[in-house]
Amino acid sequence: MNNYINLAYLVSAVLFIFGLKGLGSPRSAPRGNLLGAVGMLIAVIATLLDKGVVSYTWIIAGIVVGSSIGAVMAKRVQMTQMPEMVAIFNGFGGAASLVVALSTHIIWKGGSTSWAIALVLSALIGAVTLTGSVVAWAKLQGYADKAMQMPNQKLWRAGLVLAIVVLAALFVHNPSSGGFYLFALSVVALGLGILLVIAIGGADMPVVIALLNSYSGLAAAATGFVLNNYGLIISGALVGASGIILSQIMCKAMNRSLGSVLFGGAMVSDEQMASIPGKEFYEGKVKSCGAEEVAMLLENAQKVIFAPGYGLAVAQAQHVTKELSNVLEKRGIDVKFAIHPVAGRMPGHMNVLLAEAEVPYDKLVEMDHINPEFSQTDVTIVLGANDVTNPAARDDKTSPIFGMPILEVDKSRTVVVIKRSLSPGFAGIPNQLFINDNTLMLFGDAKEVLQDLTRAISEL
Amino acid sequence: MEALIIFVLAVFIGYEVITKVPPTLHTPLMSGSNAISGIAVVGAIICAGAGGTSWFANFLGFVAVVLAMINIVGGFMVTDRMLQMFKRKK
Repeated sequence: MNNYINLAYLVSAVLFIFGLKGLGSPRSAPRGNLLGAVGMLIAVIATLLDKGVVSYTWIIAGIVVGSSIGAVMAKRVQMTQMPEMVAIFNGFGGAASLVVALSTHIIWKGGSTSWAIALVLSALIGAVTLTGSVVAWAKLQGYADKAMQMPNQKLWRAGLVLAIVVLAALFVHNPSSGGFYLFALSVVALGLGILLVIAIGGADMPVVIALLNSYSGLAAAATGFVLNNYGLIISGALVGASGIILSQIMCKAMNRSLGSVLFGGAMVSDEQMASIPGKEFYEGKVKSCGAEEVAMLLENAQKVIFAPGYGLAVAQAQHVTKELSNVLEKRGIDVKFAIHPVAGRMPGHMNVLLAEAEVPYDKLVEMDHINPEFSQTDVTIVLGANDVTNPAARDDKTSPIFGMPILEVDKSRTVVVIKRSLSPGFAGIPNQLFINDNTLMLFGDAKEVLQDLTRAISEL
Repeated sequence: MEALIIFVLAVFIGYEVITKVPPTLHTPLMSGSNAISGIAVVGAIICAGAGGTSWFANFLGFVAVVLAMINIVGGFMVTDRMLQMFKRKK
């Protein structure tokens, strides 16, 4: 019987791999997701047949409660809220591994040294993932989006890590009577999770969620080592790899190292902050215009590119954007969307928001592919994006964001920036783009401005 | 030791498969891997259904089943919801 169960785990692990492989293109992705779900179903059924499972009351209750909560959350969540949802799900995954570790210790008490080490890792990673994710979720909700530096933060961090090492050693030394140490370690690790994420700024949250995503997988893999279950180990490793890759991609897109995101605090240091020019940077150099003027520009254009950013999602303007692009296309104008890797609030978020507004995915062009096209573009409309369009990142060696890959919108004939005000983006620095000769500022709420534009063009 | 070998090899497979996922699908990839990390449900079920132990251990197992099932059902469903949006293309 046991062999069959292990075979079933292998089948589900293979299905997960095929499922992830399916995500290689939007066409095969829904089927891939389904394969993953089937794999999970097989794993659950196989576990129910395990001879160690003797009573089903708690299990069935848990499955019913958990599934209903999950289903309701999945149905209700707004696409703009996806980062929060993924953050909190990372937390649940970590929490599950933590709780399983504690329960496993109560049930089996003692075991080999390697078993005890795996148990420690499962509890530790699980706990850090849980509280880290809750803090990340709170930051995404806007409760505490600044990087919070506590006094002696480094000292606290080192102290907690030291405490964890000592408790882990005490537990591994004698696992069967060390239950107290395992619980204490979990509590300290919960504290560590809070401390690690609270010091990270809101702008870096995409990296943090991706990393916590990876942790939740690693926690599951550690649980696999505890139970000596290969299915868990393989699946956990897949998720762990996925999260690491995504956090690397995000870091690269922001020109930051993972280390500086995790331990460096804010994106721009205090000294750099002091040398940043204030309002005088823009004085007398900004050209502002009205919707009619832009409508005329668009009317005569052959190629238009939209560069959407987080501001688009805040203004809930994805549907009006789509409407405007429809109007333009009807007039025979070539319309594309330029997607910076950190547009939106998590990896690939802008793509989902635009897909929801029914923009076909082949209109969404990645940064590296769209950049050469800007020089042949008549009008580029920047919608709620800021730092990722700042030419200073390319030209000005003294700029704090120098080296960050940008959308080279300034190369198009005319740039129209739709924005509420001249307030800075996450980096906190003024944008060179706004004072360029070929830039027009169109001030106002993205949604209203786009509606005006659409109306103005239809009337032409 | 065997387990460690499997873990390392699986990380490599994961790396190969996931680098091929286009940036367009990175959000569904994250919610989908949320669902896969719900595989912790295997450990949770074993703990919740174990015999001859304290009710507290079983109860912790129950809590873990709830958490993991939220991830599994919520993760796969929301991923599907997003992927359907990418599919509908006139």
